[in-house]
Amino acid sequence: MGATLAEKIIARATGRSVRPGEIVTCKVDLAMMHDSGGPRRVKPILERLGAKVWDTDKIVVISDHYVPATDADSAAILELTRKWVSDNAVARFYDMQGICHVVLPERGHLRPGLFVVGGDSHSPTGGAFGCFMFGIGATEMAGVLVTGETWLRVPETIRIDWSGQLGPGVCAKDVMLALCARLGMDGGDYQVIQYTGSLIARLPMQERMTLCNMATELGAQTGLIAPDPITASAVAAAGGGTIDPAEWQGDDDAHYRETLAFAAAELAPQVALPHSPANAGPVDAVSGERIDLAYIGSCTGAKLADLRMAAEVLKGREVAKGVRLLVAPASRRETATAASEGTLATLIDAGAVMMPSGCGACAGYGFGVLAENEICISSTARNSRGRMGARTAQVYLASPYTVAASAVAGRISDPRELMGESA
Amino acid sequence: MTQAGKAWVFGSNIGTDQLAPGLYMKRPIDEMARHCLEDVDPRFAAEVERGDVVVAGRNFGMGSSREQAAQALIHLGISAVLANSYGGIFYRNALNLGLMVLISPDTDKLHAGDRIAVDPERGIVRNLTRDETWACEPLPAHLTDMVRAGGLVPYLERKLAHNKDQSS
Repeated sequence: MGATLAEKIIARATGRSVRPGEIVTCKVDLAMMHDSGGPRRVKPILERLGAKVWDTDKIVVISDHYVPATDADSAAILELTRKWVSDNAVARFYDMQGICHVVLPERGHLRPGLFVVGGDSHSPTGGAFGCFMFGIGATEMAGVLVTGETWLRVPETIRIDWSGQLGPGVCAKDVMLALCARLGMDGGDYQVIQYTGSLIARLPMQERMTLCNMATELGAQTGLIAPDPITASAVAAAGGGTIDPAEWQGDDDAHYRETLAFAAAELAPQVALPHSPANAGPVDAVSGERIDLAYIGSCTGAKLADLRMAAEVLKGREVAKGVRLLVAPASRRETATAASEGTLATLIDAGAVMMPSGCGACAGYGFGVLAENEICISSTARNSRGRMGARTAQVYLASPYTVAASAVAGRISDPRELMGESA
Repeated sequence: MTQAGKAWVFGSNIGTDQLAPGLYMKRPIDEMARHCLEDVDPRFAAEVERGDVVVAGRNFGMGSSREQAAQALIHLGISAVLANSYGGIFYRNALNLGLMVLISPDTDKLHAGDRIAVDPERGIVRNLTRDETWACEPLPAHLTDMVRAGGLVPYLERKLAHNKDQSS
């Protein structure tokens, strides 16, 4: 029997062929940490063990959770991060350059076939580049930093196949919300979710990143998309060099736990009700609900592609009176591109307030959090109670299209209604 | 067998945002722990006693990679967690930090306040209040040892010291 793509990457990292269910130790090609779970937490462990970092060239540190500092506590965490990076001569340090899951591929660090760990739960985002990349906690990260290795139980692969084309105003975020509703928050069962099908073959890289990013919300260990010419162009454009997609494909006779098939054309814009992404359904069910805040941010929902979706809806329109639209682009570089191409001007003209590139309000760490009983529609990945601020706040999750349309209406709205008419 | 502790019963999909609220992520663990699960049961952090057991349904600890989720439960003195299943990252974090996390399909048989003891190696859960015994998945001996040592770091420290003793 052949091997899936995930099994091939794990086999390469452990040095022999593998079967699902086996526990194997793998050599780590790259370890990525951020300011919250990184130096701040691994430094005391390394000191206690009297151990040094195995290979500083295989480490990337990115500050994104507490940037820019909002108080003395966050400033101290950032200072510690900068000092640790300097003391340990870590060359690949991106300070306030954006959210780790977007900065890592943007700077050419991801290529198909790599075995990568990240100190953050949305690390499966890297699967869009054909990497086996998953999230770990700080103690495990300390173990990786000392040994250059980690263990895992070889996961099975669940194939999720989307055929056809998405309609106007519908995007990868809607695909993921629909899957959360269908499979539940543990439907991924800590296995690999590999996305396939004619829809995926046409999706641009940033939309693929959204699919893999939210494999986390399905409870998968990681998400994965086999590399193709779109992957090769993205890797080359980021300075990651030339890759051969044919090198990293699953075998035709590989075993999949199951294959679930969906038709893209039937999908309507989705909205997840408070307080779980699994509470998703077509926007119709909740359209008309009043909102206080529309939030476009995070690794899930503020990449350049997401900003463009919002701009497409907001062009020539204005945010409704009494509603705040906050936009925190996922990286500084993407902010620059959005500025030069005019996307940023469209957002600002419509009334958006621009925020720093970072995790921001998504996990309640940064600016823009919610007061008691406020209602928000957000392009982020999670809406558990209290995550974005006050415990009684209500957070709805949706695509950048739907968040932008709702900002204009002041109420949760189907973006197709606005997109069908000229402004 | 662990010492008996009182059961705190929760449902499915209890996430890291509830266990370690983002609002307190910048603060030391003692402060964080006071807010552990406050969104689900405001009495929990104030009334939980050393040795108590957390009982839950499916996907306990889903969400973030933040270790403070497991660390807060340890700080509050939780002796074991019994759930149908766990979020993958939380499960690894818990064992690495020395929190006994056990898988049992039968957690719905437990009621809040029942006195529970567990034997992780043999895979036994004993309900002393109702005089019932049932099975949980046993934890492999090396993981039980690691949890009893207080997690991966003290476990490695002890092993390193042992190796040094043997070589000297």
